[in-house]
Parts: sequence; C-alpha cells; structure tokens
Amino acid sequence: MSEITGLIHNRFDSDNVIFTTTDQVINWGRKNSLWFMTFGLACCAIEMMATGASRYDTDRFGVIPRGTPRQSDLMIVAGTVTLKMATRIKRLYEQMAEPKYVISMGSCANNGGPYWRCGYHVLKGVDEVIPVDIYVPGCPPRPEALLEGIMKLQEKIQRDKVLRRKGETVGSLAGATLDGTKDGGR
Amino acid sequence: MDFAALHARLAARFGDKLVAVSAEALNPWIVVAPEAIVEVAAAAKDDAAFAFDNLMNLSAVDYPKENPPRIEIVYHLFSYQLRHTLVLKVHVPREQPVVPTVEGVWPAANWHEREVFDLFGVTFTGHSDLRRILLPDDWQGHPLRKDWVDPDFYNGLHVKPPTQMAERVAAGEPLGVGPFDQTPTNRHVE
Repeated sequence: MSEITGLIHNRFDSDNVIFTTTDQVINWGRKNSLWFMTFGLACCAIEMMATGASRYDTDRFGVIPRGTPRQSDLMIVAGTVTLKMATRIKRLYEQMAEPKYVISMGSCANNGGPYWRCGYHVLKGVDEVIPVDIYVPGCPPRPEALLEGIMKLQEKIQRDKVLRRKGETVGSLAGATLDGTKDGGR
Repeated sequence: MDFAALHARLAARFGDKLVAVSAEALNPWIVVAPEAIVEVAAAAKDDAAFAFDNLMNLSAVDYPKENPPRIEIVYHLFSYQLRHTLVLKVHVPREQPVVPTVEGVWPAANWHEREVFDLFGVTFTGHSDLRRILLPDDWQGHPLRKDWVDPDFYNGLHVKPPTQMAERVAAGEPLGVGPFDQTPTNRHVE
C-alpha cells in the first residue's frame, strides 16, 4: 500500500463517489498535460529551453516539449517571426490536433518587437497568421514570465466550456484564416 | 607582409588593373577593375608570398549619391599561413551591377555572393547557383539598396506596421516599443 496522500488519494476508509462536472474533468486533464511544440526561432528559444530544463522544470505542470506538431497541444512561438517563416508557422499550426493553444513569447512574436518599424522581413505579430491565447511580454521574457504565461493558459483552459453547443471556448479556433476571421465554427 | 609590400607586389603584376588604393584606412584597401577580380583573387590565393587562403567576408555597399552611382563589392582576405589581411573592392555601376564570381578561387564565396545577390541585386557571372539565400523565392526587390521602400504587404501579411499605429507614433506617442522609442522617425512615417 502506498504511503502517498494526495488530494483524494488514500483519504477514504471505503469506496467512494465524487461528483463534479464533465467540463471540470476534461479541462483538468487538458490543462495538466500541455505538451508544447518547441517553436524556437531566436533568442527567446534559449529562455524557453531554460524553462523546460531542470531548474524551472515545466514538467511540474505536465508541460513537456515535443518535436512534432502531431503530438503537441500547445505551440510556444518563441522568437522573431520572419515573413518567410509565417507561412510555415501557419502550416505547422494546422497540423496540430484539437484542442490546440498558442503562446506568443517575447516582443518579436507579439508585435514585431525591435523590428516593428524598420524590419522589412519581420511579421508584425504572429497573431496575424494564427490565433494567440496568451502573450508573454519581454525581450526575451525570463523563464518565470513564460511559466506565468503557461499558468495563465491553464486558468483559461479551466474556464473552458467544452460540452456546450456554442459559447466561449479556448483553443477551438482552428480554421482561423489570413483574412482575420477567427471563428472556429464550433 | 605589410600593406605597402602587398600593394607593391600586386601592382607589379596587375599595375593597370588596380584602379585606386587607400593605405590610410583602418583596413587598407585596393580597388580592382571588375574584369580583373578573378585573376587578382587567384593570384592572392596561389602566390606563396600572399597565401590568402581565407575569404573572411564578401559584402557590398550601395552608394546611390556618388557620381556615377555605384555599388562596391568588398572582399576581406586573410592568410592563416602568413597572418596578414587585405581588402579588395570592385566598383560596379548601380544600374547594371555585374561582376565575375570568385567561387572558383574560394568556394566559400558561393553563399556570400548569393547573399549579395539577394540583398543588393548584384549579378555574379559564372556563379553555379545564383538564387536568393535569405529572403523568400518570390520576394520582389533588394532591401539593402538605399532606395528600398517597404511594400505594404507580402502575400497578404503586413510588412509595415499597421497605419493606425504608425500615425500614433508620428504624433509623438511612445507606443510600447521600449528602448526603441528614442529611434528617429523612420521612412514609414516620415
């Protein structure tokens, strides 16, 4: 018998029944296994690596890096998005399975950053091609800031209404188009 | 070998092909006629007294206000063997910038020349694979030329900041670009 005592683990003398909503259970599962796609494009990627490594350890939140969009729930766009890369980002986003979330990390991905005025080759914000759930400011943001962004995303996911026919949902924005209509049609 | 000796030895072989020279510059340079650059480069590499076995950098500069307007191709050479450096330049007209490739002398020139082609529109005759290296293949124009003006859109994506924000910046509002607030107003908003 395990000695570990968790939230409900090893706390009862007999079998038990727990009441909750399906939304709560689904959202709880989703938010605690956010596998993120490592979209490291520039110096922000170094901070993202530090966030995933042992000192800051996103695995505490069930957040681990994956090298392919097919296994990812979350895309962390970390770095300068060039116009050449923009179409690739959109394609990789479309290859991710639902539900999918996006964190825009750093000034460049948020709005072009230092290239905002004079960068002939830089996209002015990654939200021009894919829908973004959380913006993390900084140049680059420290790992704490990215962790804060991940936790904000978890809060957002926990509020999601998965089962309703229509309503406000997070990460259900697939089908976002270049012309700016961000209706997921769910 | 110091610059005077390098120049004297080059001048002895290619006297009329060396158009100009500056020994006072931080990196002393020699301007070579465009048609002679390949043989001068080959001599710089193969001559045992030069032994420039390393092309450190190949770049270009746009001078639209010179008379006549010109683009300069700049070759930074280094010798690992003899530990000396040399800068060669080639002047080409801005309207039709064409220069022979030195890829046959230093293979490293391949990507450097593609970059100069990409950003300045200089054609390198004889190059084995002259296409864009940094910008997308369907990009129009050459952004490092001084008269470059950003297009509004590239494939439906903003190249300039949205006009609304540019106007607010022009009105003097510091708009969330941090240390870059202090940069002079640029060509987008002037």
